[in-house]
Amino acid sequence: MSTNAMTIPAGNIEGRVWVDTLHQWLTTVDHKRLGLLYIAYSLLFLLVAGVEALVIRVQLMHSHNNFVSPQVFNRMFTMHGTTMIFFVIMPVLFGFGNYLVPLMIGARDMAFPRLNAFSFWLTALGGLLLYFSFLGGSGLYGAGNAPDVGWWAYAPLTARAFSPGHSSDYWTLALLVSGFGSIATGINIIATVLCMRCPGMELSRMPLLAWLYLVMSGLVLITITPLSAAQIMLLIDRYLGGHFFDAQAGGSAVLWMHFFWIFGHPEVYILIIPAFAFMSEIVPVFSRKPIFGYPVMVAATVAIGFVSMSVWAHHMFTVGMSSKSNSFFTITSMVIAVPTGIKIFNWLGTMWGGRIQFKTPMLFSIGFLFQFLIAGLTGIMQATAPFDWQLSLSYFVVAHFHYVIVGGIMFALFAAFYYWYPKMTGRMLSEALGKWHFWLFLVGFHLTFDVMHIPGLLGMPRRIYTYEPGRGWDTLNLLITIGAFLQGIAILVFVANLFLSYFKGEKAGNDPWDAWTLEWAVGSPPPGYNFASIPVVASRRPLWDEKHPEDPDSRYE
Amino acid sequence: MSVMTTPFPDAASAWKLPSRGKVAMAGLIIAESAIFTIFVVAYLFYLGKSITGPTPREVLETPVFYTICLLSSSLTIHFATKALEGNRGRLFLGLWLLTIVLGSLFLYGTGQEWRRLIYQHGLTISTNLFGTTYYSLVGLHAFHVTAGLLMLLSVAMFSLAGRMGTEQYKRAEVLSMYWHFVDAVWVVVFTVVYVLGR
Amino acid sequence: MVGQAFSSPTNIFAPMSTPAHSILDLSLFVLAITATIFIVVSGLLLYAVVKFRTRAGAEDREPAQVYGSTQIETAWTIIPILIVVVLFLATARVIHALQDAPEPPNALDVIAIGHQYWWEFRYPKLGIVTANELHIPVSDPARPMPTFLQLLSADTDHSFWVPELAGKTDLIPNHPNRLWMDPQRTGVFLGQCAQYCGVQHAKMLLRVSVDSPDVFASWVHDQQQPSFSDARAAAGQRVFEQTACINCHTVAGTSANGRFGPDLTHLLSRATIASGAAQNTPENLRLWIQEPDSIKPASLMPAMKLSDTDLDAVVSYMETLR
Repeated sequence: MSTNAMTIPAGNIEGRVWVDTLHQWLTTVDHKRLGLLYIAYSLLFLLVAGVEALVIRVQLMHSHNNFVSPQVFNRMFTMHGTTMIFFVIMPVLFGFGNYLVPLMIGARDMAFPRLNAFSFWLTALGGLLLYFSFLGGSGLYGAGNAPDVGWWAYAPLTARAFSPGHSSDYWTLALLVSGFGSIATGINIIATVLCMRCPGMELSRMPLLAWLYLVMSGLVLITITPLSAAQIMLLIDRYLGGHFFDAQAGGSAVLWMHFFWIFGHPEVYILIIPAFAFMSEIVPVFSRKPIFGYPVMVAATVAIGFVSMSVWAHHMFTVGMSSKSNSFFTITSMVIAVPTGIKIFNWLGTMWGGRIQFKTPMLFSIGFLFQFLIAGLTGIMQATAPFDWQLSLSYFVVAHFHYVIVGGIMFALFAAFYYWYPKMTGRMLSEALGKWHFWLFLVGFHLTFDVMHIPGLLGMPRRIYTYEPGRGWDTLNLLITIGAFLQGIAILVFVANLFLSYFKGEKAGNDPWDAWTLEWAVGSPPPGYNFASIPVVASRRPLWDEKHPEDPDSRYE
Repeated sequence: MSVMTTPFPDAASAWKLPSRGKVAMAGLIIAESAIFTIFVVAYLFYLGKSITGPTPREVLETPVFYTICLLSSSLTIHFATKALEGNRGRLFLGLWLLTIVLGSLFLYGTGQEWRRLIYQHGLTISTNLFGTTYYSLVGLHAFHVTAGLLMLLSVAMFSLAGRMGTEQYKRAEVLSMYWHFVDAVWVVVFTVVYVLGR
Repeated sequence: MVGQAFSSPTNIFAPMSTPAHSILDLSLFVLAITATIFIVVSGLLLYAVVKFRTRAGAEDREPAQVYGSTQIETAWTIIPILIVVVLFLATARVIHALQDAPEPPNALDVIAIGHQYWWEFRYPKLGIVTANELHIPVSDPARPMPTFLQLLSADTDHSFWVPELAGKTDLIPNHPNRLWMDPQRTGVFLGQCAQYCGVQHAKMLLRVSVDSPDVFASWVHDQQQPSFSDARAAAGQRVFEQTACINCHTVAGTSANGRFGPDLTHLLSRATIASGAAQNTPENLRLWIQEPDSIKPASLMPAMKLSDTDLDAVVSYMETLR
């Protein structure tokens, strides 16, 4: 910026300011701005997918309901799942990763800022493509249809014979495009973490968030790609006359399942590992102690990454694999509970002997611990293959995975929002609204997802647009729906908080939580260049060392 | 703005990190390997399962010459980047262009083979499981060769314009990693399709 | 016990057949272990939250900065591993017992073929073909007579799930599967397709009638007969044979031998139509033929667009197919 700039009359500036701002945001390569773009994008789709969930829940409120047709219902659950996973959770996690990783490792930006921007816009395009299906799914002459094949798009339901029109193609193309964006972000994060750390920050001194995003990105590289490969095969089947999944030609529907779940299972670890990262940063700060067992936490996460590649067919226990295969996937699915449990114990160990502060980030973190424990235990139940022959494909599974994704990941995300919003905007989120958000959401969450296990145990399969009276599912479904609306209200409170606090929130300063990692050393929000001079660190908690020069961590590591 | 006190005065200068370009290319190679693995698995899984139509044994001819072309192009690109590192610009350009020629020969060979399979044996991607998996796997590889050749061509053009100096050798090295990967994939595809698969 | 708390005909806690029983026994074992883990860990969490909360006046003192403990980490690694070993051994036994059970010679063989959106059942050794409602004999635990189902699919993936009789197994095209059950009580057991198979997945219901030996024998005998032909329904039969009905449906003993839709030879022996979507009454039958979308929209039954006289005649004919 030139210091000799001529003064421009105020009137001329105002007319151009918003265009300039828009242009800046559209062409930014700054990791912080891209992070915020990802987060804003995901919040928009959270509201859309949330409405889809409410449509599902209203339709299922009682037996033989007629709120929507079966066709619309089937599109709703397909779009709800696809949107939530690919256009809500993944973008918001990449958003936080983008924002935080360079700051926490003392870098000025990601390794490849332009690639970073490219990844974001690919993801954005993917989301638009998916939703364009509502208009263009049957070709432009007709009213168009969104995909209705479920988010797993099992063969042969996706073959031309059973899915005419283009709705399945929108699913395929949207995810192919955003998948490439995710792979590029994964490469970027790995290169950033390995090649951009500030002096003194050996890998063993990185914040756990950086470690966990490194593992998550490694998983992205070998997990999203099998899905891309399978989707290319599906396109070949649908448009070039291929037979990959064509039973008539000897093709195998089960092969799609294997390829999909080789992606699908590690994918959920891609989703949860950043949530673990948030917990590993937040729980220590609000317990006023360092994370218990840092090396074990790293080792456990790496172990989870590896084992997660060996469990996929526990999604296929009912498909008719041999008893040996079923036993193999039972044991691997149980084994992965060991490092996962170790992490829960370590967070507990962090809180133990600490001085816990019940600010909103910690409330959500405690919720996470409680709920993730339960989710892990219902996971163990499903890992025992015979039990899964009853539980699979029922509402028990739906309850389990929502327990992980909502009760686990979303709670961790809310904690992350309340914790890092001050850094990103310079303002604190309202604690009062935060507590309303927490308690409303907690009650709604438990009302919906605790109860939801029961219809599964009583024989209710998933993906049904209606059900028979006399199965004993009516009252339970009504309770579930009420809880869903409560959660919706809580989300609105949260969005209101985000918005109002931006203008009226208490000013945050650099370090409102008295925390210990490098992002709290710079302004809120940080300047474009992050650090005036690149820091040099000597321990895992550089700011603790600064604040406690008489007893620095570097003495003990 | 806080500045950390430096316990080791020359810590900053002794701090060495891997090269971004190489790490990123390694990441890309890992991701691409996963895609190829899935196509290879499909190929192997469906061996012998075609209900009709030509079998591998009946129609495949081992492309020895074109394989030698492709694999030697790994050697030429290796020596090309070494030449650039040693500031021997003309040798670099010569070897680089040779790499492009060898890669193009390989693509030509693939095209010839496909022509023969389609017109002489009636094998297309929709004929049977073998056709589907063969054209997909070999086609995916050929696509990556093509993308590589386009990138090599751009570098060749930069070199002809006098812009590939010795200070660019690291970038050429990163690109050569990709080219080596494409060759390594061919070794796997060749083994699976022409050796194991028959 | 738990079965009574939530009254439902599809309750996995109310098993009536060996596979369902074995699954329940294993499940209770797993539940006991996971419940214990839950109580211990959440108890510790609750304790920590209460005991280690910030007390008034202590806001500024940082607690002891503990970095970890090798002994504790070892303990809480070894104990979970032991739990996993125990759980796995218990599970592997049940997997093997249920999946690798040999088929006894006196077992009843049924072939189940999944369609969008109905079930075809064939009894190869008895020469019976029927649809949607499965009849099987009750099995005395002292002298078991199990039913072994071979599971096939004519189109997309489906899943056979009758919770009180067995765990579910999928029907996948080009991938035959096997399921067995030995129901120990007579009665009607309900279930439905559990693998999303298209628009009307929700209405692909299952009705399993477990019959005493005599009732089963008499059902078999009736099903083995060709269709009744009643002169009074001749007009309807003509409409049936001259319209597109015979392209999809079979009525044994007539020229109708289509296999795309359910076999109608003994339609009146079934309690429901459209795979459980409606009760089997003349009114519903009439509605199903004329406007199937009002019962099961987007099912593959086309609206036949018959005139009222033809429609009445056909329904009367259907009503004779006992």
